[in-house]
Amino acid sequence: MVGAVSLFAVSQYHGDLARMDEAFFLKYLISSQAAIMWMCALFGLATLTYWAGLLARSEFTMKTGSALTWSAVALGFIGLMVRWYESYLIGTDVGHIPVSNLYEVFVLFCLITAMLYLYYEARYQTRQMGAFVLLVISAAVGFILWYALDRDAQGIQPLVPALKSWWMKLHVPANFIGYGSFSISAMLGAAYLLAKRGILASRLPKLEVIDDIMYKSIAIGFAFFTIATILGAMWAAEAWGGYWSWDPKETWALIVWLNYAAWLHIRLVKGLRGPMLAWWALGGLIVTTFAFLGVNMFLSGLHSYGTL
Amino acid sequence: MNSSSHSFGKSVFELLSSMRFAISLLSILAVASIIGTVLKQAEPYNNYVIQFGPFWFEAYEKLGLYDVYHAAWFLVILTFLVASTSVCIYRNAPNFAREMKSFREHVSEQSLNAFKHKHEATTTQTPEALAASAQRYLEGQGYKVKNLPREEGVLLAARAGSWNRVGYFLAHSAIVLICIGGLMDGNLIFKVQQLLGTKKIETRDIPQSQVPAISRLSPSNPSFRGSVQIPEGSSADVVFLNVADGYLVQDLPFTVALKQFRIEHYTTGQPKNFESDIELFDRSGKKIRSATIAVNHPLIQDGIAIYQASFADGGTRLNLRGWNLFAPTASSFPIEGTVHQNATLTSAAGDSTLEFIDFRPFNIEDIGGDAAARGNAMSVLGGSPVGDKKHLRNVGPSFQYKLRDSRGQAREFSNYMLPLELDGRWYMMSGVRDAPNEAFRYLRMPLDADGNLESFMRLRGALLDPALRPEIAANFAHQALPQNAWGTEIEGKLTHSAEQVLALFAQGGFQPLGKFIEEKVPAAEREKAAGTYLRILELAGFEALKIADRQANLPPPKADDATGWLVRDTLNSVSDMFVYGAPIYLQLMNYDEVKASGLQLTRSPGKKVVYFGSLLLTLGVFFMLFVRERRVWLRIKPGHALLAMSSAKHTIDFEKEFTQHAQALDSLTK
Repeated sequence: MVGAVSLFAVSQYHGDLARMDEAFFLKYLISSQAAIMWMCALFGLATLTYWAGLLARSEFTMKTGSALTWSAVALGFIGLMVRWYESYLIGTDVGHIPVSNLYEVFVLFCLITAMLYLYYEARYQTRQMGAFVLLVISAAVGFILWYALDRDAQGIQPLVPALKSWWMKLHVPANFIGYGSFSISAMLGAAYLLAKRGILASRLPKLEVIDDIMYKSIAIGFAFFTIATILGAMWAAEAWGGYWSWDPKETWALIVWLNYAAWLHIRLVKGLRGPMLAWWALGGLIVTTFAFLGVNMFLSGLHSYGTL
Repeated sequence: MNSSSHSFGKSVFELLSSMRFAISLLSILAVASIIGTVLKQAEPYNNYVIQFGPFWFEAYEKLGLYDVYHAAWFLVILTFLVASTSVCIYRNAPNFAREMKSFREHVSEQSLNAFKHKHEATTTQTPEALAASAQRYLEGQGYKVKNLPREEGVLLAARAGSWNRVGYFLAHSAIVLICIGGLMDGNLIFKVQQLLGTKKIETRDIPQSQVPAISRLSPSNPSFRGSVQIPEGSSADVVFLNVADGYLVQDLPFTVALKQFRIEHYTTGQPKNFESDIELFDRSGKKIRSATIAVNHPLIQDGIAIYQASFADGGTRLNLRGWNLFAPTASSFPIEGTVHQNATLTSAAGDSTLEFIDFRPFNIEDIGGDAAARGNAMSVLGGSPVGDKKHLRNVGPSFQYKLRDSRGQAREFSNYMLPLELDGRWYMMSGVRDAPNEAFRYLRMPLDADGNLESFMRLRGALLDPALRPEIAANFAHQALPQNAWGTEIEGKLTHSAEQVLALFAQGGFQPLGKFIEEKVPAAEREKAAGTYLRILELAGFEALKIADRQANLPPPKADDATGWLVRDTLNSVSDMFVYGAPIYLQLMNYDEVKASGLQLTRSPGKKVVYFGSLLLTLGVFFMLFVRERRVWLRIKPGHALLAMSSAKHTIDFEKEFTQHAQALDSLTK
C-alpha cells in the first residue's frame, strides 16, 4: 500500500520539483511535507481517540484509534519515501535516505514507535495501552511541528561528507528501534504505576500483561541498541579513525546501554518485578531522551548533525 | 593464618562475582562517563585555568578530569568490571554447562506432582504408544527429548532453549573481550613508560625534529592514534599524539606526501567531499604507492590506517594593498603576506606585528535571509522542503590576521576579498574583534560606480584633511544659500558652522558631534540640531568629493542618488574608522592558495578483538533475551499421564506454552 502510494506520488512529479505546488495530490496530500504533516495530525487524533476510548471503555473508539495510528504510519512512510525521491530531484548528488538530520529522525522515531506498539497491540489483543504510548509519539509530533514552524527545519539538506556512507542506513534505523522501544517501555511503566495505585486500573490490561510488554519492549530495544552501537562503532572506525572516541553521543549511548543492561540483570537474574522496575523504565526515558536530544542541545562533539 | 587468607580470598571472590557488585560497577562507570561529557575533554590547559581558577584547576587535574577516560581510576573501574565479569563466568560456567546437557532425568514422580505447572490426563493408550506420539509432538515444538523407561511405563524428559545459556557465555565473554581490546588500543604502555620515567610528554612549541627521543615513540609502537597537518607539496614522517597539556611524536615507518587537497562543493555551497591525493614513500625514499583518501574512505598501509580528518590553510601567499585610513591622501602601498607567518608594520605610533592567521577561499554566509519566509505556516504545512536556506551564499575568499601593537595587545581582523551587496549597494567588508569569543564587528566601505574603493578613500582623505576644510565649508555655504545671500554675514556664519562641524567630525566621527550637541543645545532642540548637522555634513561631503576629484584630475561627480549614497556611506564608514582599532585597512588583491590536509593515522590492534567481542555480544544478547529455556517432563503410566513444565522465567509466553502443551496432551490421550 505504502509502496503503491509512494510510487503514485513519485509519478506525479514528472521529475520536476515544482510540481509539488501544482499537482493537487502532491500539494495537499502526498508531497513529503504534506504527508508528514498529515501524519502529525493523524497521530494527534489517534491519541485523543485512544484516550476517549479508554475513558469511555469503548472498544469501537479504540479500534478507530488503531486505524488512525495505522493511517498515520502509512502516511509517515509515504512522506519519508517521497522525501527520499525529492532529495534526488534537488540534485542527484544531494539525494540521500531521509535519516540524516534531527527532523527526519523524529519522523522516523514516530513511525518506529507506532509500529512497535501496533505489533504489541495485535500480539496481546489489547488496545488500552495505545493511550499511553501515543502520548510519547504526540510529544515527538509536537517537537516536529515546533521544529518545522519555528526553526524552519523541514528543509532537505545535502549530506556533510562524514555522513556519506551506507553505514548510516543501518546505524540510524537500528538506533531508533532502540529509542522507540525504550519510550514504549517507559510509557508502560507509567501505566503500570497508575494501575498499581488503582488509577484507571479497571480500564487497563492486567498488571502482568503491562509488565510483560514492558520487559519485551526493553529486551527488543536493548538488542537493537546493542547492534546500533556496534554498527556506529564500525562506522566511526571508518569515518573518524577509531571505533570509540568517547564523543558525548557515544558516551551517552553507553550510559543508556548500561542503564538497560542493569535493568535486565535485575529482572532476569534477581527475578525482580513490580513498581521498582516500572519506575526505572520510566526514568530510563529521561536518560534516553538526553542521549537522543539533550546531547545535541547541550554538548558538542563529533555527532553534531542535528543542532537545536 | 592460612585459613584466614583463604577466607579473605573467598570473600573477594564472593564480592567480585556478586550481582550487586557488578551493578554498582555499571552505575559508577555510567556516572564517571557523564563527567567526561559535561566537562569538555582534552582542551588546552589554559582554558581550564581560566574556567576554574588555579585552585580547582589543579584539583581537577589531579583527579584526571581533563581526560577522564584515560585516567587511572577509570581504568581501575574497567579492570574491576572485567574481573567481576570473568569471575561471574568462571563461577557459573561448570554449572551452566551441566545444565545445558542435562535432561534432569532423575526427577521423581513425587516432585513432578509438586510442580506449579502440571497437567494430568487419562488415557487408554499403552505408555509406549503415547510416549512415541508425545515425543513426536515435543520434537515438532523444538524440544530435545529423552525417552526413559521407568517402572510401570515411561518418562519423557525434554528441554528446549539451551542456547539461552550459551548466550550468557557469549555476552559476558564479549564484555571481557571488548574491554581487553579497548585496553590494547588505549595508552596503557605509555602510561607505564611515563611512570617508569622512560618517556615523557613534550610541552614546548618546537620543530618536531628537535623533539628529544624521550618524547618520541618508535615506529614499532603497537597502538597509537595521532594526527598531522601536511601542506600541499610537503610531506611528513611523524604524527603528533596529544597527551594532557603536551604531545608526543610518533615516528612512522613511512613518509606521507600530500600532492593535492580538494574540497568538492554542492551547488548550494556546502562542502560535499574532502579528498587528499597522497603518496607514500618508504624510509629509503622509494615510492610505495599513491592513493586518494577521503572522509569515510581511509587507506591502510603497514597496519596503519590513514584518515582524512580535517583541513587548514597550508601557507597561502597573499597579495595585499594597504590603505592608511587616517592619511589625507588616497594612496595605497603594497604588502605581501603568507598565512602562518608574521610581518612588521612600521608607523608613526610604533612598530606593530601583522600575524597572518588564516585564509578561507569560501565563505558561506547567511545573506539577506528573508524574515517573511521564516515561520510561514503555509510553507511548512504543504510547502517545498527545498526553499529553505536559499539565502546561504558563498561570498568568496577572506583572510584573517592579527595586528599586535608594541605592548603585545592584539586585535583580530577578517577581511573579505570581494565586495558584498547590502541594501542594494556594494561594500568592502572588514571585520574586527578584540577577543576570539566575540563576534566580528564590520567596517563597511562603499564602492564607487566603477566598483572601486578609490572614491571612498579620496573623500575620506578630503574630510580628514584640515587644509581643505575652509574651501569645503566655503563651497558648501555658497551652494546652500540663494544667490542674494552670497557675500552676506549669513554666508560667513554658515561657513563657520560647517567648518566647525567638519572639524568635530574629523576628530572622531559622529561621536564628538553628538557630544557637542548634548553640551550646547537644549534638550528640546537636539533632534533638530542633529538633523541639521547631518545635512551640513552630507552637503559638505559632496563638496569635499568635488574638490578631491578635481585634485585627482577626474571629472566632477554627478549630483545623483548614487553619489548621495556614496557620501552618506562614507560618513558612516569614516565615523566607524575611529573605533576600527587599526590605522590601516588591508585589501586582498590576489592570492596563491596553499592548502593543508589534516590526516589522522591510527594503528589499532585491539580493533579485531573488539569486533569479535561485538559479534559475540550481539549473538549473546539475542540468545539470552529471545531464547527461553524450558523443560518438560511427561510421566506415562498405563492409563495415566502427568505433564510438568518448568522454566527459569515464568512469563506470559511460558503460561501460554504450558496451556498449549496441556491441550496437546489431552488430544493425544484421546
